[in-house]
Amino acid sequence: MSASPRPLHLSVALEHPRPAARADRPDRTDRYDAAHFVRLARLAERGVLDFVTLGDSLTRPGLDALAVLARVAPATERIGLVPAVTTTHTEPFHVSTAVSTLDWVSRGRAGWQAEVSTTEAEAALFGRRAAEPPAAAWREAGEAADVAARLWDSWEDGAEIRDRATGRFVDRDRLHYVDFAGTHFSVRGPSTVPRPPQGHPVTVVDATGETAGAERAVREVAAAYADVALVRAADPQSAGAVRAELRELARAHGRDPGQLVVLASLPVELHCSGDAVGLAELLGDWYADGAADGFHLRFADPGRDLALLVDGTVPVLQHRCLLRRFYPGATLREHLGLPRPANRYALAREAS
Amino acid sequence: MNPNPSGPTPSGPTPSGPASGGPASGRPAPGGPAPTGPGRTAASPYGRTTAPPHGRRQMHLAAHFPGVNNTTVWADDRSKSQIAFSSFEHLAHTAERGLFDFFFLAEGLRLREHKGRIHDLDVLGRPESITVLNALAAVTDRLGLAATVNTTFNEPYELARRLASLDHLSGGRAAWNAVTTSDAFTGENFRRGGYLDRAQRYSRAVEFVATARELWDSWTDDGVPRPFAHRGRHFDIHGEFTVPRSPQGHPVVIQAGDSSEGREFAASSADVIFTRHSGPEAGRAFYADVKGRLAAYGRRPDDLKIMPGVTVVLGDTAAEAQEHAAEIRRSQVSPQNALLAAEQIWGVDLSSYDPDGPLPDIDPDPGSELAQGRVRHGDPKAVADRWRALSRAKGLSLRETVIETTGRQSFIGTPAAVAAEMDAFVRTDAADGFILVPHLTPGGLDDFVDRVVPLLQERGAFRTEYRGRTLRSHLGLPDPVRPAEKG
Repeated sequence: MSASPRPLHLSVALEHPRPAARADRPDRTDRYDAAHFVRLARLAERGVLDFVTLGDSLTRPGLDALAVLARVAPATERIGLVPAVTTTHTEPFHVSTAVSTLDWVSRGRAGWQAEVSTTEAEAALFGRRAAEPPAAAWREAGEAADVAARLWDSWEDGAEIRDRATGRFVDRDRLHYVDFAGTHFSVRGPSTVPRPPQGHPVTVVDATGETAGAERAVREVAAAYADVALVRAADPQSAGAVRAELRELARAHGRDPGQLVVLASLPVELHCSGDAVGLAELLGDWYADGAADGFHLRFADPGRDLALLVDGTVPVLQHRCLLRRFYPGATLREHLGLPRPANRYALAREAS
Repeated sequence: MNPNPSGPTPSGPTPSGPASGGPASGRPAPGGPAPTGPGRTAASPYGRTTAPPHGRRQMHLAAHFPGVNNTTVWADDRSKSQIAFSSFEHLAHTAERGLFDFFFLAEGLRLREHKGRIHDLDVLGRPESITVLNALAAVTDRLGLAATVNTTFNEPYELARRLASLDHLSGGRAAWNAVTTSDAFTGENFRRGGYLDRAQRYSRAVEFVATARELWDSWTDDGVPRPFAHRGRHFDIHGEFTVPRSPQGHPVVIQAGDSSEGREFAASSADVIFTRHSGPEAGRAFYADVKGRLAAYGRRPDDLKIMPGVTVVLGDTAAEAQEHAAEIRRSQVSPQNALLAAEQIWGVDLSSYDPDGPLPDIDPDPGSELAQGRVRHGDPKAVADRWRALSRAKGLSLRETVIETTGRQSFIGTPAAVAAEMDAFVRTDAADGFILVPHLTPGGLDDFVDRVVPLLQERGAFRTEYRGRTLRSHLGLPDPVRPAEKG
């Protein structure tokens, strides 16, 4: 027998791929009640998955994804929670504090999937600016991710001192202005929220690139700022090629490519336990081919398919030592094998 | 220090922090007839009412999570984390055990500064309100969940969507304290930057709330989205909302502020007004004034609840309660905080002064911008003169003077005396209820719930069970009426 392989990472999308607008239809596929999402997240947690994602956009019927996963947080214990958060029309300061707060209420299980809004219909909901082409919107999303992480670092971990002798609650030398000036916005800082439990909640970017113009921009954003990159691909070779490209770009940004987890994002439809076993074989093959560090599964029907995955696919992968049997840690970073990031401002202060 | 240093400071701590437009300066105007008789009881969305037995008018209660002013005491062994979720859970559970109407979170969008540096003497750092409340919805069942969210640095579509989401995820328990910000200082954290002058702030806030209501009304009752288009002075937006009408129809809207613009805004747009606490006479005058403004908007007096922010100190005897209250005031004004309070009046650096020594004999600098993120009220020279007179008359040191001018807690006494006083306040139309602001995180309301709530219930002054599931039903507020249904 060969040595046990390194386990793969497994995550699932909770949203239905084809949301129905009408809330009253018996076949409605999108949900507005918390119980539905709690049930799915608990199921994913029973399967010891790394995290769940919940898609969002400003024009898609459904609730605010970060709100839904904040509601799910106290009802779960270990599963990572990764809502999509759009950056084009939102204030970057609000993005940073909301994601940070999700990390506080989940006790270190938060991530966020950075998304953009590129249509005129989305721009018209705000009336503040015209639609941005995808490449420009992604560059701005990169700035939003950059400033979010700076704001998370703007409080050093030991900033709160509660020193009764001097009457000081915080050591203000350990609070930092970020003074970020981007193309379309600037942020002074510091954050109003103390540094969250994970230091930085996990940043996820779908690095596939929908349009030719945006592909380069989105991969740069993923390589520079993402902890987890999702890659939609039709076969293991093309997924592996994008993974290699992302790792190379990350290295060019001065990052350790080992700290960028690349997940192949696959559409999945399961009808029976046989399909679930077949999926385990397919995932095992892709993984053996070096296509990815793990998978992000987008179900045709999450309610049905997730149960089949947890009861059928997961045990097979565990049997083959490709999937953990329990959560060894408490935070999403621990699930992903990612360290808690050092604080850039603390490093700079200590160096000076 | 208290952000309103035009002292004597009002006894209610500022509910939402200086940068987030809490009750601003200004005392209730005198005059105006008091409404008579018990309030009308409105049908709740579930067809029940909050009508108490025997037609007795009952009060509403809310729990304010301790804020980032010096009124929150952190140098106490019982003071726990201001940011850990367990602290929010604790206070929310206490409030729900006490059958409170709602739990209230303030907001600040920039850390305050003093002398060009981040203010370090008070509790600092808090979570983003709506996200915490969504999480609290998972660990509570009936408690209303109120978020303070700024209208200056948000956009209606996005915020309406977040609030509607909270209302869905909590089963109809969402509330929104709509505040405004005036300073460019806070704007430095936002795309919008800059700031709006006072009149613009309020006209934007009024239009913001109206636009949010249009979005909340945009789906039909049978779950079909309809396009919306809003074109106004501040917002020109159109499209389709992504969230069906929420359980309350509209989340409860709160307005915090006592100014004339604030009262008018509340009368036109709010369900609850979060006001500064004052004595019974001033309270009645304020109550009459605000309720009197409702008719002009086609609203009835009971459609807007008046809830002052109050502090309560209990003791086994009246003397013990007074002693305890004095002790809390001392702990709220550390020597460093006393100097800072004086610097906010004088507008100059006073670090060479001894807090246990006399007040400065120099005059304040009227144009000072020493304090940022706080509202500077009144005439500093007049305040300084008042402080010096007080110091001379009573032989008080600088710190003792600050402690003396710190407002007394709103209700001090035995549980029975406090219950009686609060009840009288509501029965005589000085308020519809209270927003309780504890000085300790997170156990600061434990005693009130254990010792005072049962006495209020015995008096018939407070509910003995939740009758409905939504915050609107707790507050006895009518269902929002859609424009189409207005006829």
